[in-house]
Amino acid sequence: MALRTTAAARSSVSGALPGADERRLPRTLHPLAWWMWALALATAVSRTNNPLLLLLVLAVLGYVIGMRRTEAPWARGFKYYLYLALTVVAIRVVFRAVFASGITPHDHFLFSLPHIPTPDWYAGIRLGGPVSLEALLSAAVDGLRLACMLCCVGAANTLANPKRALRVLPGALYELGVAVTVSISVAPQLVQSVQRVHRARRLRAGRTKGLRALRGIVVPVLEDALERSLRLAAAMDSRGYGRAGRATKASRRLTGGLLLAGMCGLCTGAYGLLDAGTPGFLGLPALAAGAALCVAGLRLGGRRVTRTAYRPDPWRFEEWTVAGCGVVSAVLLFADVGYDAAALNPTLHPLSWPTLPLVPTAAILLAGAAGFLAPPPLPATGATPAPAPRESARRSRKATAK
Amino acid sequence: MITFDHVTVQYDDTDEPVIGDVDLTVEEGELCLVVGHTGVGKSTLLGAVNGLVPHFTGGTLYGTVTVDGRDTAGHPPRELADVVGVVGQDPLDGFVTDTVEEELAYAMEQLAVPPDVMRKRVEETLDLLGLAELRHRALHELSGGQQQRVAIGSVLTAHPRVLVLDEPTSALDPTAAEEVLAAITRLVHDLGVTVLLAEHRLERVVQYADRVLHLPGDGRVVSGPPADVFRTAGVAPPVVELGRDAEWTPLPLSVRDARRAAAPLRTRLAGLAVPAARPSPAAGDRPRLLDARGVSVRHRGQLLPAVREADVELRGGETTALMGRNGSGKSSLLWALQGSGPRTGGTVRVVPWGAGGAGGSGAAGDPAGARDPGAVSATEARRLVGLVPQTPTDLLYLESVRQELDQADAESALADGPSARAILDRIAPGIDDATHPRDLSEGQKLALVLAVQLSAAPGVVLLDEPTRGLDYRAKAQLTRILDELTAEGRAVVVSTHDVEFVARTADRVVVMAEGEIVADGPAAEVIVSSPVFAPQVAKVLAPLPYLTVEQVTAALADAAGGGGR
Repeated sequence: MALRTTAAARSSVSGALPGADERRLPRTLHPLAWWMWALALATAVSRTNNPLLLLLVLAVLGYVIGMRRTEAPWARGFKYYLYLALTVVAIRVVFRAVFASGITPHDHFLFSLPHIPTPDWYAGIRLGGPVSLEALLSAAVDGLRLACMLCCVGAANTLANPKRALRVLPGALYELGVAVTVSISVAPQLVQSVQRVHRARRLRAGRTKGLRALRGIVVPVLEDALERSLRLAAAMDSRGYGRAGRATKASRRLTGGLLLAGMCGLCTGAYGLLDAGTPGFLGLPALAAGAALCVAGLRLGGRRVTRTAYRPDPWRFEEWTVAGCGVVSAVLLFADVGYDAAALNPTLHPLSWPTLPLVPTAAILLAGAAGFLAPPPLPATGATPAPAPRESARRSRKATAK
Repeated sequence: MITFDHVTVQYDDTDEPVIGDVDLTVEEGELCLVVGHTGVGKSTLLGAVNGLVPHFTGGTLYGTVTVDGRDTAGHPPRELADVVGVVGQDPLDGFVTDTVEEELAYAMEQLAVPPDVMRKRVEETLDLLGLAELRHRALHELSGGQQQRVAIGSVLTAHPRVLVLDEPTSALDPTAAEEVLAAITRLVHDLGVTVLLAEHRLERVVQYADRVLHLPGDGRVVSGPPADVFRTAGVAPPVVELGRDAEWTPLPLSVRDARRAAAPLRTRLAGLAVPAARPSPAAGDRPRLLDARGVSVRHRGQLLPAVREADVELRGGETTALMGRNGSGKSSLLWALQGSGPRTGGTVRVVPWGAGGAGGSGAAGDPAGARDPGAVSATEARRLVGLVPQTPTDLLYLESVRQELDQADAESALADGPSARAILDRIAPGIDDATHPRDLSEGQKLALVLAVQLSAAPGVVLLDEPTRGLDYRAKAQLTRILDELTAEGRAVVVSTHDVEFVARTADRVVVMAEGEIVADGPAAEVIVSSPVFAPQVAKVLAPLPYLTVEQVTAALADAAGGGGR
């Protein structure tokens, strides 16, 4: 449903701006730019509790996705993030209703759930009881904020090809990227394998359910997977995966040492920041030193990797503008300049209609500018079925239905 | 280009070396064919070329293997990636990325080829192998032939001097195999790549080879021009066998050469009666065991049916070959007939074999005992129809042959009738009880699964592509096994792409296309007239309706015997 409306939005917008997109060369934006934009927007969202601003963020996400989404399979997943977001809101509201926190005389009473007495040692939690409008509203707004942040991540996954995003990993982490890519492509094969063996079980009149059937299914599937992965490893080896490059033993040791020290620094720093009782130098300074060591280790490790990338994504003006839109909107929401900070988190006691503060609204709308600042995406090629056959398929289905 | 100097390869778990004291040289630009039975060390020989043996597989290699001046002892496979490209049997196993273009670039990325060179080479390779239309497609959406061409392209982009292909067409249907072999010969002719190719179905490749490496099985490697090696080689395609029998010199390697040499043979055979390719079973004694009417199969989530209103009638004592492209619905039909697969329409009636079958159920009409294998329990369905799936190992999950056979007896729960062990000993003697099923050869695995399925004493036996990965010897053995089954009065269906196997094994051929049955008739009639399915002997001797070399020799022997009398 959501997809169809965004498609309609796209056509109407391109109708409103004749030739604006036609004059620009379609290309894919650098995945890092989309991720920076989306994460910055998520950071901005974390700052506010204003339902109007949150809904505005959702609208902006919808607009940008509608404008710049491709036809690839991974780009059709945004609706699942929306379902997930709705679930989050629903769960929060239901939990708040069930684990009632009591009601004050000023609150608006909505309904009452049967109270379930809990044992004394469990006194901290109350089940059931009266439920107020304020409690439910605050739960809904909290859930909405979480949902918005989820949708930001979902938007990044929809706009940027996840595979290409993995390729931006630093050279030292290349193996990690390969492992993820291979497992993504192997997972469907494993599913097929399970289905095939499960079907074959019936041929021997074996059980297809229960624990005893598990062995008959798991053993052939795992043996199959093991043989397959051995063949894959041989193929990757023969195609030059893991060539030595220029690394010496000393540099490899140095890389390892740097990374280890860096990780220790990061852990100490995080602990220092979170625990107020530790001395000050264990906080931010340790964190910074750890991060610096890690970066140095990754850079050094990356130098030993002799590898090139096929058709690397360039980082051009559009990448700067898209990432910049997101960052500026996050900065504006954290800066507390030109508006009352209380407008970001409208109070529910007493209940009042939230207002739309000017500067934050402008900041979020600015993030939406990515929708036309980014270059138009590449049109669908032979990879995905063009609209025409899908259209005809739908028509034929209708015809048979008649 | 490739030299083996006193090379011996020994694996730790065997006493005898796989290949012993091999000396050979392959010149630059040659297409070199590696032939031999399964298990004689073809894969070992090929793996030694790029150092997978012994760097990856283990074992010990004595002597030196040199490729383009590099010794494989000091260069593991990854350091030889710019010299040797390796393509395996199943292209899907070797894919690292998920789209055609990225797969083509992968090896170059590893070799740190500059981006602009990479871009150019990908475009060139796309054109060279005719993949330009598919460049953005996901790899798993492609057909088998396209996948194998991508696999070849993905090693070609590194500009290797040597290409090693281990049975690249064994998983493909005849048309897709032609497509891949055409691409390979084009590479040899246009680019001067040295190609080392192992292949079971020799009839497709012998004509293109410049040199043949024959592994007789005792660790030796015989190297020479094809016409010389095939005079004595233990494995040979039918066209070569025909040439040997007719004593043609030079030995013809292609249908075209043989046809030109065969003119006198054709005139000699023209007046003779054609002996049957198969022993003809007693007429009239062919009870109808399976009767399927209007069978349709539509898999969940698919618009087009896999099988559309197919009518199949199977009679006892008859072997039927089911042929057709990959994806033409052969497997779906077999699974639907067995009752385990989905069936969206139509009826299947199977007469129980043994008690019911012997009771003269060959009469017309629906015999009283006929049952629908889709409507009864899995145990019952197994007693009606036995199916050996495309991957027979899916059925095996225990640690030894003994356990599998005991389990089969327990599952069948037949009071009388031979045990699974007795059946296995009859169809494939000499398989040890203690062996792990995974360690058996392809042919032995097939025999084991067949024995497991036969322990339920089904009257109808279906085999889904059993010839995949079998060599000539194993195929001949399979033909013998199937002949025994039909001699007992069972009905056998084999789905296969192998036309030479069909010519020797099948009495009847059913051809499917797009889920429909497009031809159904006696084997000789259906395959002789078809340009795709005709066996080599039929092509050489057309318009005479001969299918196998045995028929020709029998006809000549008859004529000689008749003339002497």
